[in-house]
Amino acid sequence: MESRYYEGKVRIPSGCAISGFINRDGRLSDGSAIIKSIATMHDRSNGLGGGFAGYGIYPEYKDYYAIHMFYRDTLIKKQVEEFLDEHFDIINLSKIPVRKTPKIVDEPLIWRYFVKPLPTKLAESQLDEDEFVSRCAFRINTFMDGAYVFSCGKNMGAFKAVGYPEDVGEFYRLDEYAAYSWIAHGRYPTNTPGWWGGAHPFCLLDFAVVHNGEISSYDANRRNIEMYGYKCNLQTDTEVITYIFDYLVRKRGLTLQEACKVIAAPFWEQIDRMPAQEREQAEYLRRIYSGLLVTGPFSVILGYTGGLLAINDRLKLRGMVVAEKGNTTYIASEECAIRVIAPVLDKIYSPKGGEVVIAEVGR
Amino acid sequence: MEIYAKGMESRHLNEIIRSCKDKNIIVRGVNGQRFIACGLDGKDITAYGTIGNGAGAYMLGGVLRVEGSAQDAAGDTMNGGEIYVGGRCGDATGYAMRGGEIYVKEDVGYRAGVHMKQYGEHRPVIVVGGTAGCFLGEYLAGGVIAVLNLKNEKCPVGEDMARGMHGGRIYVRGKVSVPLPVSVTASKARREDMELIRPQIEKFCKAFRADEREIYSEEFTLLQPAAGNPYNRLYVNN
Amino acid sequence: MNARARAEFEILKDKERCIDCGLCERQCSNGVYKREDGRWFIADEKCVNCQRCVEMCPTGALKVIPNRNAPRGDGNWSVRAVREIYKQAETGGVLLSSMGNPSDMPTYFDRIAINASQVTNPSIDPLREPMETRVYLGAKDHEIKRDSSGRLITENRGLRLEVPILFSAMSYGSISYNAHAVLARAAQELGTYYNTGEGGLHRDFYKYGASTIVQVASGRFGVHKDYLEAGAAIEIKMGQGAKPGIGGHLPGKKIVGDIAATRMIPQGSDAISPAPHHDIYSIEDLRQLVDSLKEATEYKKPVFVKVAAVHNIAAIASGIARSGADVIVLDGWRGGTGAAPTRIRDNVGIPIELALAGVDSRLRAEGIRDRVSLIAGGSIRNSADVVKAIALGADAVYIGTAALIAMGCHMCRNCHSGKCNWGIATQDPALVSRLDVNAGVRRLIGLITAWKHEIEEMMGGMGINAIEALRGNRLMLRGLGLNSRELDILGIMHAGE
Repeated sequence: MESRYYEGKVRIPSGCAISGFINRDGRLSDGSAIIKSIATMHDRSNGLGGGFAGYGIYPEYKDYYAIHMFYRDTLIKKQVEEFLDEHFDIINLSKIPVRKTPKIVDEPLIWRYFVKPLPTKLAESQLDEDEFVSRCAFRINTFMDGAYVFSCGKNMGAFKAVGYPEDVGEFYRLDEYAAYSWIAHGRYPTNTPGWWGGAHPFCLLDFAVVHNGEISSYDANRRNIEMYGYKCNLQTDTEVITYIFDYLVRKRGLTLQEACKVIAAPFWEQIDRMPAQEREQAEYLRRIYSGLLVTGPFSVILGYTGGLLAINDRLKLRGMVVAEKGNTTYIASEECAIRVIAPVLDKIYSPKGGEVVIAEVGR
Repeated sequence: MEIYAKGMESRHLNEIIRSCKDKNIIVRGVNGQRFIACGLDGKDITAYGTIGNGAGAYMLGGVLRVEGSAQDAAGDTMNGGEIYVGGRCGDATGYAMRGGEIYVKEDVGYRAGVHMKQYGEHRPVIVVGGTAGCFLGEYLAGGVIAVLNLKNEKCPVGEDMARGMHGGRIYVRGKVSVPLPVSVTASKARREDMELIRPQIEKFCKAFRADEREIYSEEFTLLQPAAGNPYNRLYVNN
Repeated sequence: MNARARAEFEILKDKERCIDCGLCERQCSNGVYKREDGRWFIADEKCVNCQRCVEMCPTGALKVIPNRNAPRGDGNWSVRAVREIYKQAETGGVLLSSMGNPSDMPTYFDRIAINASQVTNPSIDPLREPMETRVYLGAKDHEIKRDSSGRLITENRGLRLEVPILFSAMSYGSISYNAHAVLARAAQELGTYYNTGEGGLHRDFYKYGASTIVQVASGRFGVHKDYLEAGAAIEIKMGQGAKPGIGGHLPGKKIVGDIAATRMIPQGSDAISPAPHHDIYSIEDLRQLVDSLKEATEYKKPVFVKVAAVHNIAAIASGIARSGADVIVLDGWRGGTGAAPTRIRDNVGIPIELALAGVDSRLRAEGIRDRVSLIAGGSIRNSADVVKAIALGADAVYIGTAALIAMGCHMCRNCHSGKCNWGIATQDPALVSRLDVNAGVRRLIGLITAWKHEIEEMMGGMGINAIEALRGNRLMLRGLGLNSRELDILGIMHAGE
């Protein structure tokens, strides 16, 4: 295909399946359950993208940023490694282990680095660690053609590829990782993606987002968020949603609940009916972050250290169910994806449009 | 109330002045703080130092005394009250003022009294003790400007004065030797003309301890708009 | 010598239908009709084609048509060009026109197509599902601050509009008391704002203050503390799209009665607003005026700065955004006017579409777009223009001409004559009374209500249910027949891409 149609050059709308669960008691589960769950919704994907993120998977390196990289070739790998070496203390690097399967082909070079910002560089930059790491990731993704940071949080990691999600999970040997929370995604893009970066989850620091639906506010959101140091290299909805969360929560200091009141703001009619204090807060958030309201259909699971957040668009144009069994909370596009791994549930329900679901370890 | 303003931000200082219940307020250590007495009414403020731009803008009443100089746009769109400046003023003094009086002991910069207008009982006045820069009284539509030239300069006003003047009066002590627009007539001020500004000259002398007799020792030139509308034949309907 | 050739229109009077009632003579303020000794004399050259006589004639006996006896003209020398030379040669005068630039230069709105959803995401039914057009104007990039209990401190409320359309500045003096009454009442009922223009605010209209934007122009007419405090916001007029770099001049003969009182100048005194504010010669001086207005109103009123769209508008807007202004108003070269030199109106400035796109892009590139809101005007003709303007980056739009047409203007383009037969651009009490305020309010509300429905329909088609998600959403637009430079400036792709 002509390169002008590659992902990142054009905007590719896509439909999808999402699933995730979190053990609120902190118990670890290997990756087989989440693969089983997302595989149930096979028909919501079309083999053009699948991915996962697990939290708590690198306990031995939990204080280091785990940078997951795709490389087109060894040349660019060398260049990026020089860059990393210049900015970070790299305490471990390796290929991410994979299990070859005929269903996953054309893989790039896939590498993993556990790093800490070099104290001198960090001091020189006058940034905090998170901002330093995120800026380095943007540098690589924007300026180093053929290299892509697809995960850079602490004690978490994303694994994604072009293919059906169950094959992607198999390929990355997720059964060998143990996490207290997992999220997964099966993709149905309406165009061939250029390469693996376009698959979900989409990550920045410890935020990982999987998402279903095509948002109609995309360009309004993109042009707004790009003012604040983000660069939407891939032109996908998921990417922009991830950045919005990062901006509102990490940079502006909103709570996750408040951030959701921006992204899926209540309707004015609802705001007008609220009690005075609550109305003022809701109105304020909607007014000052009006460029970050997301419209059009979406269901999103946001993974972060110690928690999962799920939210639908305010009209609830996509399906999403939430369930609980013991100390585990499940979220998926379809009920069947939960039942297949937890046939008997304590509770199952569909959150309302714009309703925030938060499940956290220890709560 | 007495305020020591050194290093204070304009907005903060003005908030203190605005919320102060005292009528008489003394502000010391002023240096460049803007909009002092902006929109105020009924206060008597004395400021020591160099007062910043826009002093007394939109002022409605009361008195602002400056023991020092004022910068640009003092008395901008002023509506009432009195401003006394014991030193000099920057540019655009009394821009578009409709009422109130401004007394300046020394010189004013360019474009003083531009667009002054009068309305009903509002008759704005600017009295300048020294000299005035160019474009004095441009678009003058009403009110009175007097330039007293107490330093006895050869010509106390700059070029291009009274351009577009279509109302009001400008008094200049001594001769006006710069060219004037055709729409303006200059004449020797007669006794009855001088009577019209006598109260203001008295006020000036009282405020700055000037010698009234010396002021009247020389004749004044009076500038007024010529009759008729100069713009009548400028346009054709299209 | 060229009176007959100069006449733009000729009047056809059907003798069969005419009943000699004389209504046309009484209705025409231009003195076109005269009856002497039982005979009708018709002065074609005085006719401006305002359609008043045609509308009022009880038997439909009148028609106004373009003068067939025109100078010849050709592809280069238009009839209009020839007639203008006749006029100037005879009078030595500067050509003076009203309403916006009528030339056939490109109107980019007409070359932009709007998107709709198909399959990959749903359209939304605007009649039965929520569809939001409420907008807040004002700065948005506040630091998040919390009180001791952790609640967000929600200062600085901004200006709330139920529909992203405001009525643009038209002064009392350039338009009539009744026309102002229509704008004020309609704005109040629609949950939006009208603008006083630079002629002050009539005492009778202070009660509509919450729906009023008060304007401060270089002449400062009617500007005093009560006036500044009367409105919901203050607009500094730096320029106007119809005549960038040119000031205003309401001749003394129009400064009568209430007009003089409202402007706070004596009757008969010329009201001159030079192009520059003589206290603003540079961008830092603008900051000073913004600050002084805020100081005078205790930082409670948002301040707008209105500028004409000129070549360097992006850099100018960037300067304004950093001057403490809350809203920037961009007025395009098609913007209307009550009087402007024809050559200025038709040749100076740039189209609003390009100016708006350029400014929005520039402010975003500099990361300061959230510091201000953008209003685009000149000329917004229908709801599709509104949608396109917002998708290019505007928060809201100003309409002037469209509002006047809604209240009965027939676009005869002679506002400067002061003889408006429809009671809008006139101060003649007999003519003013022809504008029925109640009917005008009804019609203006009708127009905006209709546009609102249409905007909602278009938003729904795109799958967008809140107007802020449309703002700057340029992926929703495609160009038609534009070159790549134009597309680049507009920040949109060509149709088919």
